[in-house]
Amino acid sequence: MSASFLQVPASFDPYALRSEFPILTRKINDRPLVYLDNAASAQKPECVISAMAETMEASYANVHRGLHTLANEVTERFEGARKTVAKFLNAASEQEIILTSGTTGAINLLAAGLGQGLQAGDEIILSVMEHHSNIVPWHFLRQQKGVVLRFVPVTDAGELDMEVYGDLFSAKTRLVALSHMSNVLGTVTNAKKIVEIAHSHDVPVLLDGSQAAVHLPINVQELDVDFYAITGHKLYGPTGIGALYGKLERLQSLPPWQGGGEMVQSVSMDNISYADPPHRFEAGTPPIIEAAGFDAALKWLMSLDREALGEHEQMLLRHVETGLQEFDDLTILGRASDKAAVCTFNIDGMHAHDVAQLLDKYGVAVRAGTHCAEPLMRRFDISSTCRVSFAAYNTIEEAEIFLSSLARVREFLQ
Amino acid sequence: MHTDMDDKMLELEEEFAFLEDWEDRYRYVIEMGKAMTPIAAEKKTDANKIQGCVSQVWLLFNQDSKGKYHFQADSDAHIVRGLIAVLLRLVDTKTAEDICNMDIISFFHRIGLSDNLSAQRANGLRAMIARIHQICSCETLKP
Repeated sequence: MSASFLQVPASFDPYALRSEFPILTRKINDRPLVYLDNAASAQKPECVISAMAETMEASYANVHRGLHTLANEVTERFEGARKTVAKFLNAASEQEIILTSGTTGAINLLAAGLGQGLQAGDEIILSVMEHHSNIVPWHFLRQQKGVVLRFVPVTDAGELDMEVYGDLFSAKTRLVALSHMSNVLGTVTNAKKIVEIAHSHDVPVLLDGSQAAVHLPINVQELDVDFYAITGHKLYGPTGIGALYGKLERLQSLPPWQGGGEMVQSVSMDNISYADPPHRFEAGTPPIIEAAGFDAALKWLMSLDREALGEHEQMLLRHVETGLQEFDDLTILGRASDKAAVCTFNIDGMHAHDVAQLLDKYGVAVRAGTHCAEPLMRRFDISSTCRVSFAAYNTIEEAEIFLSSLARVREFLQ
Repeated sequence: MHTDMDDKMLELEEEFAFLEDWEDRYRYVIEMGKAMTPIAAEKKTDANKIQGCVSQVWLLFNQDSKGKYHFQADSDAHIVRGLIAVLLRLVDTKTAEDICNMDIISFFHRIGLSDNLSAQRANGLRAMIARIHQICSCETLKP
């Protein structure tokens, strides 16, 4: 954690903060790195790197079952990470936090568990803007169980069509699984309304918070959401770790997913009883070192003035969107009224891959492709797009470098 | 007969030697792509598409009575299309033996386009080379 932030907690200074990220000094093709692929994965501050290294160097053993000093220390650290996640999401208790391999792991865990109680004809509500990680696990249930997937359409502005959403419920609706923020459109969905409507039909809600939790403070109790999934690597933490929040009563009735050590109460030749949540869902040796990094990342993020950080990201987004409007052959995808830190665009007659590959020559890292959201690409009848996405350490100068580089790339490809 | 340094390869290397920086090289590659005859829309079928490229790449081929291969290719991305144009200049109107004996990867390194080889999934060049090797049954031709 940076001392500067402890001294001036209310301010937000991206320039001071950059020094905490070792990778940001890198040169790409002899130019300073301008990293604008944060929605894919964020870079890591020194405190995350050192927390992981320190765990391995000074305090490493397996967790939970050991009786020696190192096992106790590392278990405390691991369970401390769970507490930090609970605090980050404002969960009622850390028992409601399952540590997973990421959002994908979280959603697969939930789909496998809930799926056991589902029958042919049962319905799950998704949306057209979902990332594949919140589509494919539900397709498994469609294939295995005959579960019916119903999709909330997306408006031209890139928002969920909430009227249709309300009409999708039937007596057979068993779950709503929606994104809290689109990784392509930047749209922040109306989570409160999503949950209210679902609960009025007695249907539980999973929100995919992979993107939202990075840019907005999340309060699962206030949202009254039943399940919430996040991933560490987008939250300035390491890869290989994330979390699934679930209301305790929901987790208590959820069957386990993977079987292995740590998740059982007792095992005999012909009988088995499972541990209580959250350990019931954490079979095998968990990502111990990653948990230490995740813990440090969330503490780091919570140490920032998140309102000021959000404003900073909004300022970058507005600056880039205004700059992009200068290009008359450029279309911005996603014009939601509530939009955060992500800007996706296409230039007429220019392939997103060409644009991204040439931007890299100027040191600018952006995303090009379908962004693991093929139904959304089909909705807008496009095969791929370019995406820039902002993080705490991005500056207005970087936004300028991006815009001027894009102007050169555009000339190049014309 | 080992033809690692065949005429087409030397010719292309000479052309690229005049290009000083990446901007010149890429401009040249893109121009070569634009000059290539496009594949007709009705032939851009899934069967003619190369798997493993994020941008769309199509490849048509036939073999004449002398055993020489003739290729036609296309892509919806300018850079990939240009890289394919370079590649086709190397392999077009050659026998399977000639094609299989060429060290195409080293060639792309030598002409300063090696950054297109690392991003295997994002860019179709490696997939394209693999497909041409497959068409020519290079595996079975190896000693």
